[in-house]
Amino acid sequence: MLTLNASQLDEFFALIEKKRELYLPVENKTGKSEYKRWVEGDKYSTALRTVKSAKNFFFAKSENLYDLKMDHKNVEVIDTREDIKEFVIFGVRGCDVKSFDILDNVYLQDPVDTYYKNRRDHGLVISMACSKPATTCFCALFDIDATSPNGDIQAWNVEDKFYFNPLTEKGDAFVEEFKECFTDEDSKPVEKQKEETLNIIERLPFVNLNMEGFGVEDKLKAIFDRPEWEDLSSTCIGCGTCTYVCPTCQCFDIKDFNVGDGSIKRFRCWDSCMYSDFTQMAAANPRLTQTARFRQRFMHKLVYYPIKNEGIYGCVGCGRCLVSCPVQMNIVKVIKAMGDN
Amino acid sequence: MDKDALMPYVGVITEITRETPDVKTFRVLGKDGKKLFIHEPGQCAMLSAPGYGEAMISITSSPTEDYMEFSIKNAGKLTGWLHSVEVGQQVAVRGPYGKSFPVDTDLKGKDLLFIAGGIGLAPLHSVINYCRAKRSDYGKIKIVYGSRSANDLVDYKELQEWANEPSMDVNLTIDRPQEGWDGNVGFVPTYVKELNPELSYTVIICGPPIMIKFTLQGLKELGFKDTQVYTTMEMRMKCGVGKCGRCNIGDKYVCKDGPVFRFDELGELPNEY
Repeated sequence: MLTLNASQLDEFFALIEKKRELYLPVENKTGKSEYKRWVEGDKYSTALRTVKSAKNFFFAKSENLYDLKMDHKNVEVIDTREDIKEFVIFGVRGCDVKSFDILDNVYLQDPVDTYYKNRRDHGLVISMACSKPATTCFCALFDIDATSPNGDIQAWNVEDKFYFNPLTEKGDAFVEEFKECFTDEDSKPVEKQKEETLNIIERLPFVNLNMEGFGVEDKLKAIFDRPEWEDLSSTCIGCGTCTYVCPTCQCFDIKDFNVGDGSIKRFRCWDSCMYSDFTQMAAANPRLTQTARFRQRFMHKLVYYPIKNEGIYGCVGCGRCLVSCPVQMNIVKVIKAMGDN
Repeated sequence: MDKDALMPYVGVITEITRETPDVKTFRVLGKDGKKLFIHEPGQCAMLSAPGYGEAMISITSSPTEDYMEFSIKNAGKLTGWLHSVEVGQQVAVRGPYGKSFPVDTDLKGKDLLFIAGGIGLAPLHSVINYCRAKRSDYGKIKIVYGSRSANDLVDYKELQEWANEPSMDVNLTIDRPQEGWDGNVGFVPTYVKELNPELSYTVIICGPPIMIKFTLQGLKELGFKDTQVYTTMEMRMKCGVGKCGRCNIGDKYVCKDGPVFRFDELGELPNEY
């Protein structure tokens, strides 16, 4: 297997950055891990998870769709899309890699979202296997193997060495291009780490939750009508933090921003079904209560999305909502309450 | 790069007709004088203006016409602006969106009963004129249309033409008695029950949710089944192409899987509309 010594990592990054843009998890001032564009001196953070997911690379937090101009009675639509520079995301965990598939099912389905596809086409994902999963991790519940993540290239960090295995044509071309960086070594240490990590994963508290009844059409209304929603949502303050940190939340808003020089930027940005104005119309709002909005978020991930997408759940078990929710509510509690756990 | 589905065309308002104190009909064509796109009856388009945002509006005109029209109630930011503009104003338009009424399949050869309340006539107007243009493809056509007052009946120039046509039966009603009004007085659901339509009709209904609810109840009492009633739904929408999440109900997106639904299909969805 292709390897690289940890001591050569910065050199490797510098080489990538010469030809592409490189993004990777780096410890921020508060000691937490965040994706950022690599600059000389940045150290790759081996923290288990970044505060926010990696979805921003493809489904941008905020982006301009096009510009508009109005001159008296005339309207002009200006295409502002640009060719994107090739970029590399290094160190993406298996759960976050899986979230790209979940977003693909939405944004690459007809009609293809060209903004999303443009970034997807120009991005290369180097994933990173987990070796120290936390008790809040439950990716195995969704058939994700954190010890052998997907991506264009999968990688492992065992002691002071990194191991790389390309999985796609794009990945093959990349390792060929950077072949002078790698040496070829025995992959036994990787196998050993996988085995040890799988042993930990097996014993994590949430990986064997009962998903029976979710994601099937004939149970849709029964789950929707369950009385537990009331209790589960009673503490929800509708802050939207779960949506913001979630790698699979995919809703967006489209708004006009007046630049002030006569042009309007029509942009889209992440939005949350947890907000009261999400479905507000001139005359009515079909989801008037926080309970209704809370239910929508979880029904979408656990029931509606899988019905539409061959049983794939709209959750990857990354555990971010378990860590981030200010009132300790999360999808695990919903699964436990609704799934007869 | 391919044109993105979210990117609009530029259209020109070539005609504005006042229908009621707060409803105007806007005729929109491309800058070349042709239709911006081909639509089917019941489909919608996203209209917008720079700085005023976008709104999903049902296309009022029949696809058989060589123009496209939108009947719009002055209800918010964009619609308020539209009500203030003059002929010649350009607007941004994208579409068409959604599933149409099954005019060329399930509705073909059927007796059709159209029931509308207020601005709810706008989306049905497209279907009615389509059926009228292909009159021999359909059986009897009955229209029941009601509004708050005589002034609030969207006064399409065709409304009188429809009434004058022997093969179309038009029944109008207003909520309260009014001077000069010799037609029916009363709410749409009651009027429909009084008219006691035969069960051979396939029903197409659009209006305020409360009107739809009680009319449907009445129709059921008369013996109508969910499978013979169609409606078109209103939900907030941003993208129109099944991605932004706004109009998601159950496993359906109103913009893509609707807005036209048969009532038995709606019955399978969670009750939150």
